[in-house]
Amino acid sequence: MSVLILAEHDGRQLKQATRQAVGAAQAWGAPVDLLLLGSDTATVAADAATVAGVARVLRVDAPHLAHPLAEDVANVIANLARDYKVVLAAHTAFAKSALPRAAALLDVAMVADAVAITAPNTYVRPMYAGNVHATVQNDEPIQLLTVRATAFAAAGSGGAATVTTLAAPAPSELARWVDESRSVSDRPELASARVVISGGRSLGERFEAVLGPLAQQLGGALGATRAAVDAGFAPNDIQVGQTGTVVAPELYIAAGVSGAAQHLAGMKDSKVIVAINLDPDAAIFQVADYGLVADLFEAVPQLTAALKN
Amino acid sequence: MKALVAVKRVVDHNVHVHIKPDGSAVETAGVKMSVNPFDEIAIEAALRLKESGAVSEIVAVTLGEAASQDVLRHALAMGVDRAVLVEAHGELQPLGVAKLLQAVVAREAPQLVLLGKQAIDDDAGQVGQMLAARLGVGQGTFASVLTVEGGEVRVVREVDGGTETVALKLPAVITADLRLAEPRFVKLPNLMMAKKKPIDTIAADSLGVDYAPRLKQLKLAEPPQRAPGVKVGSVAELVQKLREAKVV
Ligand SMILES: Cc1cc2nc3c(=O)[nH]c(=O)nc-3n(C[C@H](O)[C@H](O)[C@H](O)COP(=O)(O)OP(=O)(O)OC[C@H]3O[C@@H](n4cnc5c(N)ncnc54)[C@H](O)[C@@H]3O)c2cc1C
Repeated sequence: MSVLILAEHDGRQLKQATRQAVGAAQAWGAPVDLLLLGSDTATVAADAATVAGVARVLRVDAPHLAHPLAEDVANVIANLARDYKVVLAAHTAFAKSALPRAAALLDVAMVADAVAITAPNTYVRPMYAGNVHATVQNDEPIQLLTVRATAFAAAGSGGAATVTTLAAPAPSELARWVDESRSVSDRPELASARVVISGGRSLGERFEAVLGPLAQQLGGALGATRAAVDAGFAPNDIQVGQTGTVVAPELYIAAGVSGAAQHLAGMKDSKVIVAINLDPDAAIFQVADYGLVADLFEAVPQLTAALKN
Repeated sequence: MKALVAVKRVVDHNVHVHIKPDGSAVETAGVKMSVNPFDEIAIEAALRLKESGAVSEIVAVTLGEAASQDVLRHALAMGVDRAVLVEAHGELQPLGVAKLLQAVVAREAPQLVLLGKQAIDDDAGQVGQMLAARLGVGQGTFASVLTVEGGEVRVVREVDGGTETVALKLPAVITADLRLAEPRFVKLPNLMMAKKKPIDTIAADSLGVDYAPRLKQLKLAEPPQRAPGVKVGSVAELVQKLREAKVV
């Protein structure tokens, strides 16, 4: 019995997080199928078919899936799931909405945000803003889970999966997509960026002006604390933390970030952490590899300039 | 239109949690407990819908031991009309909670069910979606704006990289994200008044629902600690370290 992965894509390519979910699925050593929902998905299906370790791409294509709603996605998953031992997805907003709904339709419990798979039915997952790691055993007949993408290596390319088209179920009609507003940025996607520059509330109105050039210099994404978002200095979709995006880049630079547990929950698995803070006792220094006690309004531009040389 | 708000009693977000020495659970004895912050946002959102005339009655419900009454008192002090405690002992997991809430929905017949997008203790984020599935209704997860109009509820949802707006038929389940509403400050007189209000208590076992836990928690542990870092004296030294580490 194989593994089914709910894929996420932008209409052209799979999201990096889905490749990482495929990486996580290797834990079962079983064939992996990718479930791809959308409209006009020929291009992305071709991309999905090349992911190493994927046996089949199951394509469910219909105009009403152009913006897939959890109500519809969960129905598709619940219909297919009985043929699988495991159904998983990366822990994204999309999967967090659809998978629990599918689990309830199947009357099985699910495991959210697994950071490790220690046995075919045993997982480690963070609780309490990452202050506690719980090991949980799931004895349900179908294992449903979301995985923390950054905790798993992304599957590479070179696969040659077959692409099968499945009929799309009729729309649930419980919900209707109205519109969306996605932030456009030429910066890399936060969740998978190699470098993340994060700022706190203290940046004030100068958030972008101070951090933008450093992000530009390093080809990084911007992140923010909840306090910075609440104050309106940074957009909500770049909040890093327990209740925002979880990142684990090679380099995380936290400028004027106090280091509350809820923020650390979203970044402490970064490879190298730099903290710049005026307060020598700030909690962020406890997780920083390199700490600089300084005024960020001086240190960040200096750092940007020094890296140019 | 009636709204039901589900609230959970959790370890306060300011408390640094400790795991019991045997790794079986988090220490909660003598620890400050509070309303899950996201549920408090859901209460506030319901109160605003009532103030705008879209909602006529708000019922708060919680599941758990008798001690959970304190989060219902908090909800009453904020301004909800009634409170229901579903008295249940032992561990509750998302699917069981969804089933118990479904039974409460069957009694109360609300048009809107609001709850937080996740509880800050288990960080599972599943109950709203599971409840919506079991009720066979639409779900508006991670809501940051809510408007009720023409038999529909419009929800602006926080999704990765931006927002999305969906329209849901009523009844529907909504899970609150941070920006949905800023919870009001509870004034002491309101808290005193709320102490005197009745709370309906229902025994979970009388609801005919199987809410036994399905997942086995084998152990709790602290996450691996990072190796201690160093403080650098200047930007130049920082750049040198970053170059040595080959990250810039
Ligand atoms: C339920 C819940 C969920 C939450 N989820 C998240 C989450 O996902 N992500 C998140 O980030 N937070 C989250 N929080 C909020 C979190 O608890 C903190 O309040 C927040 O992270 C603090 O942000 P901050 O560091 O910007 O602000 P502050 O705590 O105000 O800290 C500002 C810091 O800037 C430093 N500073 C000030 N001026 C300068 C200067 N000129 N140069 C250098 N340093 C300076 C100060 O020394 C201080 O350390 C959550 C809270 C709750 C209750």
